[in-house]
Amino acid sequence: MPAEHGHGHFHAVNFDPTAAEPDHYDAAPTAGRAYRIGIGGPVGSGKTALTAALCRALGGEYNLAVVTNDIYTTEDADFLRRAGVLDPERIEAVQTGACPHTAIRDDITANLDAVEKLEEKFPGLELVIVESGGDNLTAVFSRGLADSQIFVVDVAGGDKVPRKGGPGVTTADLLVINKTDLAPLVGADLTVMTSDAHHMRGELPVFAQSLVDTPDAPAVADWVRSLVPVRQG
Amino acid sequence: MDPVALILSDSRFPGGGHVHSGGLEEVAARGLVRSERDLPGFLFGRLRTAGLLAAAFAAASAHAAARTVESVHWRRLDQELDARTPSLAQREASRAQGRGTARAGRAAWPSSVLSQLLAETPRPHHPIISGALVGIGGGSPFDAAMAVAYLAVSGPASAAVRLLGLDPFAVNAVVARLAGPLREVSGQAAETAGADPADLPAPASPALDLFAEEHTRHHQEEVRLFAS
Repeated sequence: MPAEHGHGHFHAVNFDPTAAEPDHYDAAPTAGRAYRIGIGGPVGSGKTALTAALCRALGGEYNLAVVTNDIYTTEDADFLRRAGVLDPERIEAVQTGACPHTAIRDDITANLDAVEKLEEKFPGLELVIVESGGDNLTAVFSRGLADSQIFVVDVAGGDKVPRKGGPGVTTADLLVINKTDLAPLVGADLTVMTSDAHHMRGELPVFAQSLVDTPDAPAVADWVRSLVPVRQG
Repeated sequence: MDPVALILSDSRFPGGGHVHSGGLEEVAARGLVRSERDLPGFLFGRLRTAGLLAAAFAAASAHAAARTVESVHWRRLDQELDARTPSLAQREASRAQGRGTARAGRAAWPSSVLSQLLAETPRPHHPIISGALVGIGGGSPFDAAMAVAYLAVSGPASAAVRLLGLDPFAVNAVVARLAGPLREVSGQAAETAGADPADLPAPASPALDLFAEEHTRHHQEEVRLFAS
């Protein structure tokens, strides 16, 4: 506590510039916490499949866990559990009160609680993937929840989607155009999609992928590796 | 109305309240609330029971924060509210929202009283942390009571719009018509704000307790969109 300074009361803040007492309040818990990657995008674009692919690709390298937000809460968690890519104990499902975008952007409490629960359960956790419930093109993760975010769209959702823009397409750290193997079947022009995406995003990266052709999402996994250094020991 | 109480009762406050329906999802799933006509009864009952309980503890907590109490007082309030909340699901819902409110509160209103409360009860009940934040900011026990009593009905009302697609104007009008009972409940809560924690009111709502337990049980079997 600040010293009593001679006229009968305490100051809540010590104005003495030479004083070096500890802060009264806990520092924000950022040091040493797991790196958090958000995966967002429209319903059915392949967020859960990408999450499973990343678990397969990175599960052996990182101390990893997943928070899933699908509106059908247990659905995605069950999918991941069945896929057998991650210890079920490492998957937390969050209920979003029928508002998936609110839970990743405006009020991230439920997701932070889930992340912190996993961090308590698995000390030394390095990477948490937070998968949003499927939403529309305006949904993005708050920087208070995700350190980096991936926005997933797919060719079957229409090749005009990147042109429509919206904060997910334009501001996400990585845009993934998924299910490229379906492009000829649904009449989507992949070249137009990719060039529109680059046009909307400037320097930000765009990856086109098919988890049928490359089940372990190697490009996205490498992108994650570039962000999250593997801890020694 | 005190600004802190206004911020806490704003649906945009990032304390995690938006994922709780206060039993509305369960009664909607059972067909007990289907339309705007069914809503006033549910909300009025909730206000007079769960709402009054929350209001009483928020008022007592605001009173305690303003007068500065010993650490053990926060634990006693916590235990007394536990004792008045027989449903585990309800206790968990209250603590989840309390923890979210504490996270937001630490960032917005850091203070030694808040640190003391959280050191004693790291996962505080929602009405207690909310009341303390109002009291720390200089708001009255009545304002603290009003904020949580309002939340006891505004949360379920919003859930009704989201789950049942009810007309938002009609639902808002239902909430507006609760103005009188809201004032009454808050006034009643403010009267006992200085009482010993053991002597605070203990209104019961067995139906809400059972609905909360059923909500959690159903979530194991099928899907529930809200956490409570």
